[in-house]
Amino acid sequence: MSERPTLHLRDRAVKALKDDQMRQAVRKAVDRLSANKDKAARELPNWEEWREQTKLIRQHTVNHLDYYLKLLTDNVKKAGGKVHFAPNAEAARKIIADLCKEYNAKKIIKSKSMVTEEIHLNTALEAVGMEVVESDLAEYILQLAGETPSHIIVPAIHKNRNQIAELFSKVAGKKVESDTPALTAFARKILRNKFISADVGITGCNFAVAETGSITLVTNEGNARLTTTLPRIVISVMGMERVVPTFEDLETVLSMLPRNATGQKLTSYVSVINGSRQPGDIDGCEKFHLVIVDNGRSRMLADEEYRQALNCIRCGACFNVCPVYRQIGGHAYGSVYGGPIGSVITPLLEDDIDFWGELPYASTLCAACTSVCPAKIPLQDLLFKLRHRRVSDGYGQVVEKFAFNMWKRFFKLPSTYKFAMKVASLGQKPLVNNGYITAKLPLLANWTNSRYMRAAADTTFRERWEKRKK
Amino acid sequence: MKASIFITCICDSMYPQVGEAMVRVLEKLGVTLDFPPEQTCCGQPALSSGYWEYARPVAETMLTAFKNSQYVVAPAGSCITAVKEYYPILFEKDPEKYRQAKELSAKLFEFSEFVVKILKKEDVGARFPHRVTYHSSCHARRFLNTDQYVRTLLTNVKEIDYVPLPHEEACCGFGGTFSVKLPEISEAMVDEKARNIMETKADVLVGVDLSCLMNIDGRLKKQKTNVRVMHVAELLDEGMRL
Ligand code: SF4
Repeated sequence: MSERPTLHLRDRAVKALKDDQMRQAVRKAVDRLSANKDKAARELPNWEEWREQTKLIRQHTVNHLDYYLKLLTDNVKKAGGKVHFAPNAEAARKIIADLCKEYNAKKIIKSKSMVTEEIHLNTALEAVGMEVVESDLAEYILQLAGETPSHIIVPAIHKNRNQIAELFSKVAGKKVESDTPALTAFARKILRNKFISADVGITGCNFAVAETGSITLVTNEGNARLTTTLPRIVISVMGMERVVPTFEDLETVLSMLPRNATGQKLTSYVSVINGSRQPGDIDGCEKFHLVIVDNGRSRMLADEEYRQALNCIRCGACFNVCPVYRQIGGHAYGSVYGGPIGSVITPLLEDDIDFWGELPYASTLCAACTSVCPAKIPLQDLLFKLRHRRVSDGYGQVVEKFAFNMWKRFFKLPSTYKFAMKVASLGQKPLVNNGYITAKLPLLANWTNSRYMRAAADTTFRERWEKRKK
Repeated sequence: MKASIFITCICDSMYPQVGEAMVRVLEKLGVTLDFPPEQTCCGQPALSSGYWEYARPVAETMLTAFKNSQYVVAPAGSCITAVKEYYPILFEKDPEKYRQAKELSAKLFEFSEFVVKILKKEDVGARFPHRVTYHSSCHARRFLNTDQYVRTLLTNVKEIDYVPLPHEEACCGFGGTFSVKLPEISEAMVDEKARNIMETKADVLVGVDLSCLMNIDGRLKKQKTNVRVMHVAELLDEGMRL
């Protein structure tokens, strides 16, 4: 899924923390998104019931995923579409590349899709000589910059308008102003032609409706609608779990997705595609293909503890309230999926608790994520459990293991605990200055580089209590 | 009314005066306190770092220490959360310990929660003529839902000049071993917290969780600021004596 970064999490974070421009852009955006979401939550009566309902729908679907995928497949076929199942990223890339070749496609237009990021589709298609153009404004910007999304809903959250104007100016060969009308006008002009000349449109899938075989796409720019109506051929790519049973269920999740993502009641466009054009239809594509991607999801499904992470509706709300994401942005996570949900699913999808098992530690377990998640995924519990999985699979650090072993030996009995406290209190003496340890000592540097360390008191509460009782 | 003190290791060793303040307030409110000497630490450092096997024997000291207590009061939301939220996971496969963990959870209270909910005291008769802001700790706010009780207590303090803290709900960046495993991120978080505190121009920052307060205080002191960092028990204790 994700190419393994060369740096470890801590070093990636250090690098990100030096990027003031990015951090400022992220802070500003997540504050705005969260405030909008809070407002939307206040305006919708019984918000908690909506969350509960969303959870129930997702839970039910995921628990019966085999049934609903079969139903979906049957109904897509009935509507004239073809369904392909890709067990992994490589298979998915091959299926899509083969389809494009089969249709003699040269030019491809895409609408926003995280799963195609996950399978690294663009580079695969470009490698076989196709032109791939992202039509979501933010994705288009990232494509020009040669970057990846740093947020699942707002892919270019880390960029400010001046940087965007600079990128556009390069393409235009002249200065493009940095105000919104100028930027969108420029992108529209370029993208319109790309839409018209595209042979194949590739989309993601926010939700597939099993009972009708429909693919639902939400956008604010209308680019998914153009992607699915102008080209002759449409290929939708979906993560295996992105399905809901009925249109009624869709209503619930579609009420929650935009509200949690941006605070909107509804996105500007909601497109529902039902297979290919049938006799008597006034519109629709000639050929429709649905590619269902597993890529580690079956493994998650089989794992009762972590299955619930598949309930995610990809709203991004957990990113927006995460105090860690707020400081380091999305790229430092190193995975296609960052933020709290990314820290949960990346080690699982990758089946690599050694390298990717660092991500569950990118959290203070503050539970801000859990408190907002519309699917009520207990994200911090899953992060907590993944840490244990990493340690029990033998990937903890030797030093750390040693330290905790010592800690256990002293802390499991009051007598040794008291002894340890006494030793700490006496041993620190030469370092204490006015109640704090301030020197940057090798062992304490991780703390004292940024903070004073509160020194242990001369007498513990326990000692004072005993004295008092006498 | 009788209650046992769960002092927590941070309070025991670094902030004994907070424990003493808690004792004074509770005794003034008519509580007879005891201190079960078998207690050590809730086991959180190992627990949240993934070393459950090391955390378990330490957590067990908690289960035995408070076996006979009717109520248990602690000056730290995060240690209580360890018991309530994580012990059931830790002892999932040991029905007897699991039961004991649940039993302890049911009688374990954060200081302000105990005062308002159990003692039914919303106004302890304190006066505190200072500009005060409040950091809403993650565990008290989101796990224990005891944030409301601190607010109730603070609102009823006379002459207090209370200023809300911008982003009061944001984590201070401590997170136990997080603060030393990913110290740069932790620093960025506590730095933002400190900046928000400075912005309020408060003389005092008050909170209910000593680990957060230790972290924030450490940052504020490093930055040579004069903000006084206090546990709510200290504030009430001082206020009741004024
Ligand atoms: S985990 Fe929850 S909050 Fe995060 S993106 Fe998924 S649905 Fe949204």
